[in-house]
This record gives sequence, structure tokens and C-alpha cells, in this order.
Amino acid sequence: MPDIFWEDFVEGEVKTFGSYEVTEEEIIAFASEFDAQPMHLDAAAGKASMLGGLAASGWHTCAIMMRLMCDGFLLRAAGQGSPGVTETKWREPIFPGDVVTLRRTVLQSRSSKSRPDLGLVTLKLELLKPAGSVALEQECVVLFNRRNPGARLA
Amino acid sequence: MNFFDEIQVGDREILGTHTFTRDEIVAFARKYDPQPFHVDEEAAKRSIFGALCASGWHTAATWMKYFVAYQQRTAAERISKGIPVPVTGPSPGFKNLRWLKPVYAGDVITYATEAREKLTPKSRPDWGMLIAYNTGTNQDGVLVFDFESRVFVQRHP
Repeated sequence: MPDIFWEDFVEGEVKTFGSYEVTEEEIIAFASEFDAQPMHLDAAAGKASMLGGLAASGWHTCAIMMRLMCDGFLLRAAGQGSPGVTETKWREPIFPGDVVTLRRTVLQSRSSKSRPDLGLVTLKLELLKPAGSVALEQECVVLFNRRNPGARLA
Repeated sequence: MNFFDEIQVGDREILGTHTFTRDEIVAFARKYDPQPFHVDEEAAKRSIFGALCASGWHTAATWMKYFVAYQQRTAAERISKGIPVPVTGPSPGFKNLRWLKPVYAGDVITYATEAREKLTPKSRPDWGMLIAYNTGTNQDGVLVFDFESRVFVQRHP
């Protein structure tokens, strides 16, 4: 049973979750299936590209962030999916051997007008590289069940 | 893809059509998004979605798969005509990605891209920034997924 509900996301809260080592093998496997561009498949082509080395597909980095969200809190939460992502910035490439972590900031929390059993949480998600720089920055909305439906109208 | 200066705002391409099988939905979700409604059919029936459906990132990454295949097709056509092939750079990101409807096991999604705006950054005179509107539409003609992409495209041969 989930133990994290909409009420548990407090505006302004910042938390860091998990760690994920991105291997060369996984970068190439993901790119082979979904993003078969040379800079995601081959070291020499990566070096010659704007990225400066074999680097993970941006879509791969989004998927890695999703996994860190799942393991960090979403699998314990009464999550009901996401209507979408306002913006994603791929700020720095992720290279083989990088160990990334997830930083989550709760930007906004509001109840659903049409579904009194649901609340919406706007999150800023950042994938941090070992030196602390931000590789990926994303703002998205996630729906959660309410622990006490109808108790508060935000 | 064509060189930046050849692309006209409004150009639209159908990239390809993909059938999302139950097995590949579960395989992707086990790796990257193991929420119950993406990995467990019984749990999915009880969820807000009502049946097993693909991770939104699976839907998005599959758009990229067909975009790359389209790029490879156009590159091969240009090579066969003896004309140069543009380099497309990395993307700084995207905006307004929406998962409008679930993509269920067995759904057939047609992906498309449409050129919306062309920017010429002064800092990179050899490159243009193409803003495109991208979509996924299911077998019933319902828009299930869209987003606005940004990508660097080489300006001239």
C-alpha cells in the first residue's frame, strides 16, 4: 500500500534521491533501440560532435531520471501518472561512468477541480553529475491520490 | 533531414508507425518506469488508466526512434542523388510535452513532425535552431502525445 500521498508534497521542499551509474554498455543499448545517432553509439563520433564524447541520448537521461523517481519515492506513492512535462533542458552531456543523482524541488501543489480525490504536484527535477553540475533539468506535473479527499481546497 | 536553409516552416513529415506490444511495454517499464500500471496487467486494470499502458518515456523515445529512421532515409536519398547531407546537432531540450491519452498494449501510433519556427543564433553562424511540433496519433486518429522540439541543423552545404 502506498504511504506517500498528495498531502506529503510541501511547496518549497528540496530532496535528493538515489544514485545511478550510467555505463557505456547501457548508453549504446538504449541508443541502438531508440536514438541511433553516431554520438550516442561510437566514441570517435561522440568526440567529433558538439557533445565532445560518447554521450547518453537525451531521452535515455529522461528515462534514467524516471527510474530514480520510481525508486526514490514514486513506487511508494499513490501516483496516478503525469499529464506532461512543461520543459526539459539538456544542459550537459552524460558520459559513460557518470554516477547521477536526482534532486527534486516541489514548485507547486494544488487540488484537482474535476477530481476531488486527486491532487497535482509541479516538480522541478534535476539530474546531478558527480561534481554537482546539472545535466538535465525538467519541470513536470504528477498526479497523486489524496490521503483525505476533499479535506482542503487549495 | 534537409539543410536548415532548405526547410520551410509548415513542412510536415510522417515519420512512421509503431505497434506497442505488451512485452515491449513491460520490458521498457521494468528498466525505467516500473509503476504498477506499466508492468502488471491486473494492477493496471484497477488503476486510473484501466489497462496496461506504456511509460510516457517509452512513447517519447519511440518518437525519436522513428525520427532517426526518417533522418537516415532522407540521408540515403540525398546520397543517391549525389547531394550533400546536413549534420544535425544535439538538442538543448524540449517544451510542452503532453501525454494526452494512454498508449495501451496493441495500440498503433503514427508519429509525425512539423517545422514551426527557424531561429538563427548569432553565436553559431553555421547552425540554425529548428523548432518543430511533433505528434503521436493512435489507430482511432486520436492525438495521444505531442511536444515541441529544438534541434541544431547545419545551415548550408
